Amino acid sequence: MPRPVEISGLSVDYSGVQALDDVSLEVEEGDFLGVIGPNGAGKSTLFSCMLGIHTDYEGTIKVFGQDIRRSKSALKKLGYVPQMLHFERNFPITVREVIRLGMWHGVREERIDEVMQELWIHELEGRRIGELSGGQQQRVFIAKAIVNDPKLLVMDEPVTGVDQTSINLFYGILKDLNANHGITIVWSSHDLDAVGMLSSQVACINKRMHFHGTSQEFFANESLVRLHSEGSMHLHMQEHKQSPAPPGNEAQAGT
Amino acid sequence: MFDILGYDFMQRALLSGSTIAVLCSVVGMFLVLRRYSLFGDAIAHSSFGGVALGLLMGVYPLWMAYVVSIISAVLITKLREKFDISGDAAIAVMLSSGIAVALVIIGLSGGFSIDIFSFLFGSILLVDADNTILILALTGSILIVILFLFKQILYSTFDEKQAMVSGINVSRINYLIIFMAGLTVVTAIQLVGVLLISALFVIPNIAAMMAGRGFRGTMVISIAMSVSSVLVGIMLSYSLNIAPAGSIVLISILMLGVMLAAKSRGLLHAAAWTGRPKKPV
Repeated sequence: MPRPVEISGLSVDYSGVQALDDVSLEVEEGDFLGVIGPNGAGKSTLFSCMLGIHTDYEGTIKVFGQDIRRSKSALKKLGYVPQMLHFERNFPITVREVIRLGMWHGVREERIDEVMQELWIHELEGRRIGELSGGQQQRVFIAKAIVNDPKLLVMDEPVTGVDQTSINLFYGILKDLNANHGITIVWSSHDLDAVGMLSSQVACINKRMHFHGTSQEFFANESLVRLHSEGSMHLHMQEHKQSPAPPGNEAQAGT
Repeated sequence: MFDILGYDFMQRALLSGSTIAVLCSVVGMFLVLRRYSLFGDAIAHSSFGGVALGLLMGVYPLWMAYVVSIISAVLITKLREKFDISGDAAIAVMLSSGIAVALVIIGLSGGFSIDIFSFLFGSILLVDADNTILILALTGSILIVILFLFKQILYSTFDEKQAMVSGINVSRINYLIIFMAGLTVVTAIQLVGVLLISALFVIPNIAAMMAGRGFRGTMVISIAMSVSSVLVGIMLSYSLNIAPAGSIVLISILMLGVMLAAKSRGLLHAAAWTGRPKKPV
């Protein structure tokens, strides 16, 4: 069985500005990988490449063994949950219709009811998506992402702008999907506590891969934790502008 | 009043008008949700340049308007994508350049014998049988394409990024919408003219969005409002001897006013329609 994700030597250049530099990463089946890094570190670029949205890069990305630039069929095994969407609030679309948008041809309609039950949103099915709270909207987008029974779930800062109560519920759902449904999860977050609580693996990115290893290895390394903790993110960003190789580089492990 | 329905010209006007109303409502819904509300105006103004060019060259003006509108539609998209010009700025450029081209051509030619005002304000009562067939065929073709690609169009309108991850070729869908909008605008010029085109695209849709919840339900409400405003507007224009374009647009504005009043009194929330039959209890 090929790995869910295999990234090798990924470099992305936006009109002369290096967004990612020689990033390599492997995600094993059943992993719960948290990707962390300061704003502008290239996390969203990494995800865009992995999802086949951005294709102008050097290196290779394989999703379930298939080069994502050559074949989009691997996307059928993948679910995606975006950041809180900035869609038109009056967009006339119900929760059920949003989930149906994500369904592949051949998936039965009853599956929508099943995922709505699983995520406690069945009572919202006739409501417009724009009327819901941020937490409810994110549950709807998870439902849309898992309606096809994906093997891999990719989430780019999924709880940005979501209230704390909803975040706790959201994290519980993610844990369940990974532990009980066997879904491999790759997600990015600025919340180190959440990454520590949920993720089995951690990848620290700031243009380059600074660390990739288990969650325990990451949190055992105090300098790394300090460097990536919320308070130092900004400082780290400022330092990075002057020096492309931050001090966390020597702590690289894993890949 | 209803004896007028016995006349061929009125039958053609009502049939063509209601067909155009359906088309504008459906295509307009996607434009409004893509925040392209003024797109119709820009294409209509630039197609007016096409009308003038057609008259100058001795080509049927609406054919030339179709060509120019599609070129303009693609140009607006290219300006946005390739040069990072915002959508509203790109629309403003096309809007003014179309009228400017028309004015220069009209000036150079010393004026035209044909009534240029019929293109500015529409002339639905003058639509002949050939034009009626063209309107029906074009509307049918566009609606079939939309029906066939409904999910892809809706998904890429809702969120381009998620649509791409689902394997939809969003760029191709965007160009298709633009292309269909260009065709729709020129077809609708015959109903309300260049200057009032946005009303057909925007007003029924924003009014319907207050009443419907689900996408299909909202679209049905929008179509119903659009068609009824056209039918009532044309009949009213005959009775009061006023321009059909003006009465059509004013009727749809009246409907919008009613919806706004109902919404402000909280009457629409409970009645909002999902477009889906209610489950038996």
